[in-house]
Amino acid sequence: MGNISNLPIPFLVLSFITILCALYVVTSKNPVHSVLALILTFFSISAHYILLNAQFLAIVNLMVYAGAIMVLFLFVLMLLNLSKDSEPVKSNLWGVAAAISAGLLLVIITASFQKTGIAIMQGNAPEIGLVKNLGRVLMTEYLVPFELSGILFIAAMVGAVLLGKRDGATVQEIMDLNNETDNA
Amino acid sequence: MNSIGLILGLPLAGFLINGIFGKNLPKSIVGWLGTFTVLASFVIALGVFNDLRHSAIPSEGFHLKLFTFLNIESFNVDFSFTLDRLSIMMTLIITGIGSLIHLYSIAYMHEDEGFYKFFAYLNLFIFNMLMLVLGANFLMLFFGWEGVGLCSYLLIGFWYKNAEYGKAARKAFIMNRIGDLGLLMGLFLIFHQYQSLDYNVVLPKMSNGSTSQSMLTAISMCLFVGAMGKSAQIPLYTWLPDAMAGPTPVSALIHAATMVTAGVYLVVRCEALFYLSPITNNVIMWVGLATSIMAALIGLKQNDIKKVLAYSTVSQLGLMFVALGCGAYTAAMFHLATHAFFKALLFLGSGSVIHAMHHEQDIRQMGGLKSKMPITYITFLIGTLAITGFPFLSGFFSKDEILIAAFEHNKIVYVLAVISATITGLYMFRMFFVTFHGKYRNHHHSFDKVHESPWQMSLPLMLLAVLSVLGGLLNLPSYLGNNISMKLSHWLAPILPMAESHAEMSHNTEFMLIGLVVLLFVLVVLYTRNKYVSKNAVPEEDALTPSTGKVLANKFYIDELYEMVFVKPLEMLSSLVDNFIDSKLIGGLISGISKILVFISGLNKKIQNGNIEYYLTFMVLALALFLGFNLFF
Amino acid sequence: MLNIFQNIEISHYIYLSCVLFCIGLFGVLFRRNAIILLMCIELMLNAVNLLFAAFSEYMGDKDANGQMFVFFIMVVAAAEAAVGLAILVMVYRNTRKTDVSFLDSLKD
Repeated sequence: MGNISNLPIPFLVLSFITILCALYVVTSKNPVHSVLALILTFFSISAHYILLNAQFLAIVNLMVYAGAIMVLFLFVLMLLNLSKDSEPVKSNLWGVAAAISAGLLLVIITASFQKTGIAIMQGNAPEIGLVKNLGRVLMTEYLVPFELSGILFIAAMVGAVLLGKRDGATVQEIMDLNNETDNA
Repeated sequence: MNSIGLILGLPLAGFLINGIFGKNLPKSIVGWLGTFTVLASFVIALGVFNDLRHSAIPSEGFHLKLFTFLNIESFNVDFSFTLDRLSIMMTLIITGIGSLIHLYSIAYMHEDEGFYKFFAYLNLFIFNMLMLVLGANFLMLFFGWEGVGLCSYLLIGFWYKNAEYGKAARKAFIMNRIGDLGLLMGLFLIFHQYQSLDYNVVLPKMSNGSTSQSMLTAISMCLFVGAMGKSAQIPLYTWLPDAMAGPTPVSALIHAATMVTAGVYLVVRCEALFYLSPITNNVIMWVGLATSIMAALIGLKQNDIKKVLAYSTVSQLGLMFVALGCGAYTAAMFHLATHAFFKALLFLGSGSVIHAMHHEQDIRQMGGLKSKMPITYITFLIGTLAITGFPFLSGFFSKDEILIAAFEHNKIVYVLAVISATITGLYMFRMFFVTFHGKYRNHHHSFDKVHESPWQMSLPLMLLAVLSVLGGLLNLPSYLGNNISMKLSHWLAPILPMAESHAEMSHNTEFMLIGLVVLLFVLVVLYTRNKYVSKNAVPEEDALTPSTGKVLANKFYIDELYEMVFVKPLEMLSSLVDNFIDSKLIGGLISGISKILVFISGLNKKIQNGNIEYYLTFMVLALALFLGFNLFF
Repeated sequence: MLNIFQNIEISHYIYLSCVLFCIGLFGVLFRRNAIILLMCIELMLNAVNLLFAAFSEYMGDKDANGQMFVFFIMVVAAAEAAVGLAILVMVYRNTRKTDVSFLDSLKD
C-alpha cells in the first residue's frame, strides 16, 4: 500500500460518497429521498469525470442527467403523488435473492477482470476532454450517429407525447378527472 | 419356353382380372373367365406333354428362366421353371381337374355374393400350385408352397362371417406353418451343404456320395416334416377335417386333388435324397401307415358327409406315403393321380347332394336319394367303387401296386395296409348306402324339393367318373399282358434315377394277393349292404353312441389333446404377456414417460408467472452463470 | 497534483464502476416501484459511462472514442427515460398503481 500520502484521497472520498448515495437510492422507502440521493450521486460522478480530465462530460452530465432527467422524474413523482406510505412492501426473501444475484455478478466480473489483467497505461493526452477537441471528433468521425441521435430524440418526443395523451380530452376534462380520482 | 409362361400366366391373369374387376362384371363372365384360363392352361399342357413324349432326352424338360432373384456372392437363385415328365403329370392333373371344378363352381356358388372373389382365389390357387410343381429350384417350390397355404386359408374361411369357419382356416394355416418350419430347416440345410437350391445342382450332388449320412437323414427328415404339414400326416392332420368348413369345390380341389399332394410331389422330386436315407424311409412308411389306419377308424363313425370324405383323404394320403416309404415312387404317383380322380368325384358328388338337400350335411338326415338324383347316384357309386378297389377300376390298380410294394418290403406293413383298405371299404359303403338307399329321413326339407343338379355340376361329375373308371390305364400291371404294361413307370423312370427296379414278382403271388383283396372287398360290400340296406340300420344319434364308438366319433380326442397341450399354454402365456408385460410394463413405461413430461412441463410452467422481478432476477443469474462458465472453463 | 493521479490506476475505476453497476442491478431486482426501477437503470448507465470515460483517459493516444460513447449513451438514456416515464404514467392511469408486480397479464 505505501505511504498515506500516496493514497489518492480525492478519488477515495469521491468514491465513498458515490457508493453511499447509490446505496441510499436503492434502499430508501421514500421515493423523493431516492430521487434526491440519485442527484447527489450524479454530482459525485461528475466530480469523477473532472478527475478524469473529461471536463465537457462533467458539465454535460450535470446538465442533462441531474438537470433534466431527474427533474422529469420529480415531475412524475409529484404527478402521481407518491409518498412513503404508498410504497409497496416487498418480502425479505426477494431482497435476499436480489442481493445474491447482484453480488454474484459483481464477484464474477471482478474475478474476470483479475484473470485478464489489463495492462496499465498512463494517460498522456490531457487535452482530450476539451470541448474543442471533442467537438472536432464528434463532427468528423461521429457525424452520422450525431444526426441519428437527433432523429432519435424526435421519435422519443413524439412517442412520449403520444403515449401521454388522453384520447381527445380537453384540459378541463383532465382537471375534472384528476379531481375525481383525488376524491375517490 | 413360352408355353411354361402361358401355363403359369393364364391363371395369374385370371386372378388379377377377376380380383380387380370382378365386382363389376356379370357373374357369367367371371365364372367362365376363371374356367377358361385353367382350361387353356390344360390344353397348352397337353401340347407340351405331346412334345415331351417325342423328346430326344427323356430326363430333360423345358426350362424357362424369368430373372435372377437373388445374387449374393456364391448364392444364386433364379425365378426359373422347368417342365419335365414329373411336373407335366402334376400339371395335367392340376389344370384338368381344376378346370372341371371351376365349371362346377359356376353353378354351385351361383347365389353367393362373393362369387368373383371365389373365382379369383381359385385362379390364384391354381397359379401357386403350378408354381410349386413347375419350379426349378427349392425356392420356387417354397413360394408355391406358401402360396397354396395362403389360398387354402382364404378359401377355407371364405364364408368369413362365421367365426367357426375362420377358426378352421386359421387352424389350417398354422398347422401348415408348423410343417413349413420343417421345410425351411431342410432348405437351410441344403443351402448350407451345397450352396445352391437348384434341383439339377443339388440332387446329383446328393447321390455322388460326398455328403455324410447324418446330413442326408437330417435334410430328408426336415423335408418330410414339411410334407407332413401339407399332406396331413400324423401329427399335423387335424386341420384337414376342419377345413371342410370351406365350400365343397374348395374341398374337392385343394383337399383332395392338389394341395395335399404337394407333400408327395416333394418326396418324389427329391427321390435321390430319400433313396439314400433308409431311416427316413422307415419313418415315412410307419407314419403313413399309422395315419392311414387311424383316419380310417375315425371315418367309420363320422356322420357328416364331407367329414367322412376328409378322413378318407387323410387315409389315402397315408397309403401314398406308405408307398413312398417302401420306395415305390411310381406307385405313389399313380395312386396320387387316381385318388385325384375319384376323390374329386366324390367331393363334387357330395356337393351335389348338399346342394340338393339345401345345405344339409348330416347323412342321418338323408336317405333314398337315388330316385331323385340319378346322375349323382351313379357317379357317386362309381367313385365309391373306385376308392374301395372294385376290380379293374382305377383305384383297384393303384392300390394293388402299393400293396404289392408293401408286401415286398415288409409283411407287417402289408397286413396293416390291407386292414386299412378294408376299413376304407367299410366306411365308404356305409356312407353310400345310408345316403342314397333306404327311406328319406329328413323332416325339414320336403322330398319333392330334392332335385338333380344343373349341367355345370353334372358334367364334371360324369367326366370324372369316366376318368375314375379308365384311370387304371395309366399304369397297367404286367400280368395283364407284356406289351401294355407299366406306362407310367416307364414315363417316370428317367426322372427317378434311383428307383428300385420292380423286382419281378411271380405272377402267381400277385394273383394271390389280388385275390385276397378282392375277397375282402366282396365281404365288405355284403356286410354293409346287409346292415344298411336290408336291415335299414341308421347310424345312431350322437347321444346314443356306445363308448368305443364315442372314441372314434370324437376323433380319438386328438384335437382336445392338442388343445390342452399346445393351445391352452400358449394362450395363457400370451394373455400373461398381454396383461402384465404389454399393459403394465410397456404401456406403463410409455404413459410414464408422458406423465413425466407433463410433470416437468408443469413445473416449468411456473416460471412464466408474469412477474417482472422474477424474470429480471433470472436474467441476471443466467448472465452471471454464462460469464462464470466462460471464465472458469 | 500529478503525483496523486499517478496513484490512481485503471483497476480502481473498474472496481468502482462494477460496484455501482451491481448496486443499480440490485435496485432493479429489488424495488417494485416503477419510478425507482427506472432510476436504478439510470444509475447503471452512469456506472458504465464512468468506466468508458476512465478507459478513454487511461488507454491509447488521443483516444476520444470513450468519451464519444459516453455522449451517445447519455443521448439514449435521456430518450429512454422520457418514453419510459410516459409509459409509466399511462400504466398508472389504467391501474392506479405503480407496482410492477401487478403487470402480469402475460402469464400462463
